[in-house]
Amino acid sequence: MTIGIVVFPGSNCDRDVKWATEGCLRMPTRYLWHEERDLSGVEAVVLPGGFSYGDYLRCGAIARFAPVLQSLVEFVDRGGCVLGICNGFQVLTELELLPGALTRNRELHFICDDVELQVDSNKTQWLSNYQVGDLLTLPIAHGEGCYQCSEDTLKYLQDNDLIALKYLTNPNGSLSDIAGITNQQGNVLGLMPHPERACDPLTGALDGQSILKALLCR
Amino acid sequence: MPIFHARVLVNLRPSVLDPAGEASRAAALRLGVEGIETLRIGKAVELQLQAPDEEEARRRIELISDRLLANPVIENWSLEMKKL
Repeated sequence: MTIGIVVFPGSNCDRDVKWATEGCLRMPTRYLWHEERDLSGVEAVVLPGGFSYGDYLRCGAIARFAPVLQSLVEFVDRGGCVLGICNGFQVLTELELLPGALTRNRELHFICDDVELQVDSNKTQWLSNYQVGDLLTLPIAHGEGCYQCSEDTLKYLQDNDLIALKYLTNPNGSLSDIAGITNQQGNVLGLMPHPERACDPLTGALDGQSILKALLCR
Repeated sequence: MPIFHARVLVNLRPSVLDPAGEASRAAALRLGVEGIETLRIGKAVELQLQAPDEEEARRRIELISDRLLANPVIENWSLEMKKL
């Protein structure tokens, strides 16, 4: 079981994820540079937070064309598990692996805080350690986390049980309090909160561990 | 080969919140300018390209507008183009 962490120019949570998966959870982990195409031996991929390619144009817009992500699309088609955290979630929507878009927070502020979340669906493998309705607390740190989509897309998400996590108190104006969504197959999860920052007892929170550990039990 | 100059205007769809535009509208009021009912912020992208003819130039620019410069989920775009 090897976890791959994609590193774009401008990623800044890649080392945090590696510390969480390798340092705290003892999962073999390696970095995947954005120009790589070879995902062999990797069983799950994390797209970390940060500002890929400076977030020029829109968050995740340039990253979408990275060579490693062309391989990632094939990886997802084969059932590979992908976790997009914060900027990684933005990249997944630009890549159209997940529907909708993340836009500027309603109040414009960059928000750095702990938020309470409720599991709305545990269809995704990443939340298989949780029951629907479970509560967890994770940190957020973003300026553009306001989830938006068309009414049709929202209905599609609701009807297919694809809303994975909701904020108990909406911090950023996200439609329907959405903090994270998954795809029809359940192998891709995108979320704005940072599970990797809640894995080390030194940081005072451990709720992120279950998300990352879910893959060990497959 | 002819050179074409294009300006692509990218705007948020009307249904999408524009908090930056709203903040700018509030600042305009503080400046003392009254009567501004809406203020929406988009972007303008200017580019020049070589193409065999106008039809091909338009095809290429439309492709990057739709796939790169704008995200159709939240944005609309329009194109102005002229041959130099």
